[in-house]
Amino acid sequence: MTIVRPYGDTTGDGMVQVSFTLPLVHDKRAEGAAVQLANKMGLDPAMLVHAKPMGEGFTFFVVYGRVNHLVDTDEVQVVERDFPLLSAKEINAVIKRKLRRRLTVVGACIGTDAHTVGIDAILNLKGIAGEKGLESYRELAVTNMGAQVSVPELVETARAQKADAVLVSQVVTQRDAHLLNTRAMSAAFREAMPAGRRPLLIVGGPRFDELMAADLGVDRIFSRGTTPREVASYLVHALVGSPS
Amino acid sequence: MGKLGLDPEVVRRARELAVRAGQPVVDLARSHTTVSVERAVLRLAGVRGADSDGIPWVNRLVDAVRADVGLGHGVAVPVFHALAAEGLADVTVLAQKAAAGAVRFGVPEKKGEVTAARRAARRAANAGLKVVDRRRAERERLIRRWGDAPRRPWIYLIVATGDIYEDIPQAQAAARAGADVIAVIRSTGQSLLDYVPEGATREGFAGTYATQENFRLMRAALDETSRELGRYVRLTNYASGLCMPEIAALAGLERLDMMLNDSMYGILFRDINPIRTFVDQRFSRQVHARAGIIINTGEDNYLTTADAVEAAHTVTVSQLLNEFFAHEAGLADWQLGLGHAFEINPEVPESFRLELAHALLARELFPDAPLKWMPPTKHMTGDVFRGNLLDGFFNLVGALTGQGILLVGMMTEAVVTPWLSDRDIALQNVRYVLSGAGNLHEDFVPAPGGFIQGRAHEVLGEAVGLLERVVEDGLLNAIADGTFGIMKRPADRGKGLDGVARHEPGYYNPVTEALES
Repeated sequence: MTIVRPYGDTTGDGMVQVSFTLPLVHDKRAEGAAVQLANKMGLDPAMLVHAKPMGEGFTFFVVYGRVNHLVDTDEVQVVERDFPLLSAKEINAVIKRKLRRRLTVVGACIGTDAHTVGIDAILNLKGIAGEKGLESYRELAVTNMGAQVSVPELVETARAQKADAVLVSQVVTQRDAHLLNTRAMSAAFREAMPAGRRPLLIVGGPRFDELMAADLGVDRIFSRGTTPREVASYLVHALVGSPS
Repeated sequence: MGKLGLDPEVVRRARELAVRAGQPVVDLARSHTTVSVERAVLRLAGVRGADSDGIPWVNRLVDAVRADVGLGHGVAVPVFHALAAEGLADVTVLAQKAAAGAVRFGVPEKKGEVTAARRAARRAANAGLKVVDRRRAERERLIRRWGDAPRRPWIYLIVATGDIYEDIPQAQAAARAGADVIAVIRSTGQSLLDYVPEGATREGFAGTYATQENFRLMRAALDETSRELGRYVRLTNYASGLCMPEIAALAGLERLDMMLNDSMYGILFRDINPIRTFVDQRFSRQVHARAGIIINTGEDNYLTTADAVEAAHTVTVSQLLNEFFAHEAGLADWQLGLGHAFEINPEVPESFRLELAHALLARELFPDAPLKWMPPTKHMTGDVFRGNLLDGFFNLVGALTGQGILLVGMMTEAVVTPWLSDRDIALQNVRYVLSGAGNLHEDFVPAPGGFIQGRAHEVLGEAVGLLERVVEDGLLNAIADGTFGIMKRPADRGKGLDGVARHEPGYYNPVTEALES
């Protein structure tokens, strides 16, 4: 089946739940306004189940209702993992056999972003979700430049280390800082190095849209929940080739 | 008598080890100065404002003195000697002339000139400290007049828009909704700026710049709201990063009430040079002690990078070190908001009992400190419903273990900066727990020899073991080896090292002199 509707307690009932705040003092009119918004969002009928005044001149609402939209799963576009997930042992073995040298990775948080939690989760020995970070891979040479690295510094380090891949983490998204920083970074690499000599450019962060790689000028985007092994498997796939 | 049956001999041993681990670092701090310590001296001595590029005159003046005579003598004597030689009355004017290259600095050779320069520096610095003293008295008076927070824990809420003029109404709304403490998060990146921006600011990334004018504006707005609410609402900012001593001084001058001020945070999480940090730390804590400011330490951060069960004892070790460094700098127990956090993976069996054990251990080790209890962040997944439940259990631990300062957890942690409704739901959660179970600590006594007692003893034992290794290795080596928060930070690396200087014979700092007298 490719057509689905939201599920409340019966197949096809189309029930959803939303909550929102309106800048209105709580009264009958405000509740009517909330129902009107829900109707315009496609909830029909809409049941206002909770309304609570908040601060001065605001009301918070919870609305349940039926939507009549249909979802066609055939039309969904996502980035499916298009490379095999390898074990740490396989990753080290492939690099050793096919590349015959260690694969060099440089990682950083760029711009004003001081949140190293993402890059550290992927690179640090400690890793995340029970998987050790890229530093633990014998055949990967990892440089973690840490936080608030400038783009020129990053390009220089990548050049000096002869980086095969550059990993950039961006957590802060205020005023689209993550998109601006990423574009500045990829442009700097394009300017500094000819196409064949450029390292593989990878960005990661919880708020990236994985479909935007081409738009941002990078080779790959990793979004929330990515583990070190996935990144390492991708590096092997993109830079070394298949394990067989 | 405590609830955990801790062995007083083990507790005494832990404290003694913390003193032995910390003392060499204190000695290091006493024999060095930094550009930021010297700039803080000049701020207290009356240098104000910034040049047309926004670089503060204190930076220009310290750079000029440093270029001529280095930093090792302290800037006070060269600056006040030059002030007299130039026949000027205003140190800011001297800074402007120095920036234009019109002043040569030197350390006077004649004893009488040194004495005169010291006397003038002392008079100027004492005028700044007198403002700090007046602000402290003012705080005490306003608390008497308006009343204090109605209960412990104090409810601590964050605002962070980047624009001070947006922050103000948000902070006032948060105070009206029940917050006892407002923290204005700083713009990311400020910790690595080697100057303090000037003036009111309206642009920031995930936070608002800490500036003297922003401090003043927010404190004035909260005074207005405090008067209206009939309770004094406290204001918090961050004395951390490369300008920690200066920000501490500005906080004292503008009557901020609490400051985040951890002994090792900058080293571990911002890769600031360890020596720079310890020198800046000691000075900033001395200023906070004088200003009656409560410090908040940052142990919660260890648990966000390392595993909260495995690393529980590193929190205890850091709390003991923070306590030692704080006492050494003159802070009293009521000023020690020692940090810890609810960061154990909720999938771990007995996670709630482990949290209780850790929180109670901190409570019993530091009975007179207003502990700062930090909400879950690492295991907030975006499932806001589960997040709200976790925050409720976090609040319950806070109530059961008598925490002093409770940072309100947001169910939208890691999703968005808090919405108005997120804050309202979070406060509703806190109110429910505190009104329903706020006094449950009276009945809550862990079973003797039970799980909670056993775990607390285990963590304290591991902390003593780690402190023994730190004493043996030296604290700087332990930091270099990645003992805390798994980051390796050697003493000869990190940002801000070039701003550190060893004292020359005759080093003089009128602020340190006054604070240590």
